[in-house]
Amino acid sequence: MIAVVDYKAGNLRSVERALNRLGVPCAVTADPDAIRSADRVIFPGVGAAGAAVEDLEAAGIDRVLRELFDRGTPFLGICLGAQIILERSEENDAACLGLLPGTVTRFPSPLLDEAGERLKVPHMGWNGLRKRSNHPVLEDVRETDEFYFVHGYYPRPAAERYVIATTEYGTLFPSVIGTRNLVAMQFHPEKSGAPGLRILERFARWDGRDAE
Amino acid sequence: MLSKRIIPCLDVRDGKTTKGIRFQGNVEIGDPVEMARFYYEQGADEIVFYDITASSDRRDIMIDVVDRVAREIFIPFSVGGGIRTLEDMRRVLLAGAEKVSVNSAAVREPSIIREGARAFGSQCIVLGMDVKRVEPTREIPSGYEMVINGGRSCTGRDALAWALEAEALGAGEICLNSIDADGTRQGYELELTALISGRVGIPVIASGGAGCIEHLFEALTGGRADAVLVASIVHYGTCTIREIKERLHELGVKVRRTWD
Repeated sequence: MIAVVDYKAGNLRSVERALNRLGVPCAVTADPDAIRSADRVIFPGVGAAGAAVEDLEAAGIDRVLRELFDRGTPFLGICLGAQIILERSEENDAACLGLLPGTVTRFPSPLLDEAGERLKVPHMGWNGLRKRSNHPVLEDVRETDEFYFVHGYYPRPAAERYVIATTEYGTLFPSVIGTRNLVAMQFHPEKSGAPGLRILERFARWDGRDAE
Repeated sequence: MLSKRIIPCLDVRDGKTTKGIRFQGNVEIGDPVEMARFYYEQGADEIVFYDITASSDRRDIMIDVVDRVAREIFIPFSVGGGIRTLEDMRRVLLAGAEKVSVNSAAVREPSIIREGARAFGSQCIVLGMDVKRVEPTREIPSGYEMVINGGRSCTGRDALAWALEAEALGAGEICLNSIDADGTRQGYELELTALISGRVGIPVIASGGAGCIEHLFEALTGGRADAVLVASIVHYGTCTIREIKERLHELGVKVRRTWD
């Protein structure tokens, strides 16, 4: 059973719908015990990292997530879930969970493309990935695949070895990060068509060990 | 690099699409769920549903459509038409839409944008704008006026000023429809699109007037649009989403080209 962490009363059912389509059993839950007993956990979400971490702490879920990370439970962070795992976010200068060393940073302003045109922030729409390593969860990702992003901040881990894939938007930013049993992506696999569903399917079968 | 988005728009009344849709060589389909799936499989980047159901007591039909679409397609989609309150937004988002679009209601009561953005996040809130070209005046210096109620009522508001105000209130995206170009199939209103898109910091979807793929190309280049809304050009089989994307790619526009 995959626990989909729903810390704020269910306005994010799209991960559940995608898992249903794949025939993967899951439960959307905010119950610490249910999350603790899951064999996999997904943390989806949109919004500001600081506020989310406060809500997680209030619900006692932050401790459970640390526990699962330490125990080796396969852990997938999506969008906001790729940000709260770092130490701090520049968005309202907030403390995060600190599972991975690093910070969440805003796209530089002004953000320019290679032709010198101003780029809009948030980064909203479809963009590609450049893999840095062969992570099992990204096994099916092809060079031409694109994924749906919507964010104004991005994760910046403290060391290159935590960067699994990058994406180009005015700057080259880490779009998939992780270590050990933790993998997290800034884009929404549940909203990225077939290539996104393949990532979720891989995660549902992943044993939590990375390639190295 | 970010791709330009191609977004089919479906008008829905009482749970059925209003335009008799004739896919190339196929039979006519009026079911929004089937059509959404068809466009999804063809590589649409997003889908817009516009609910034109007249009576409010039949709105539950649309919620059911949204729920069924959300089980079938795994790309973002938005719902507009008849969204007036936070509760309207909540119901549509809970049913599975990624975004809601507000139009007339926001012009009448701009605070709905701020409240919606605060409750659900700016990324959820699309500002729909219906705009008409007018003689520039002191009140309307840009020469583009906001119209509401499907183009029937003028507001005396400047379109550019409204776009900037809505962005400041928390709108995450603008869907910009030219009343003058809409239905003409003569091309998007490029001047308007470039004016608004060049001034706001949020993405702008060009809408109204597409008759051929070159029109899309113009809107995405000279018009500086981040995305284009397409309706009759795909509904009536002039071209498919895939043909649009292949052609735009040939013309040097970055688009997403995966079809499965």
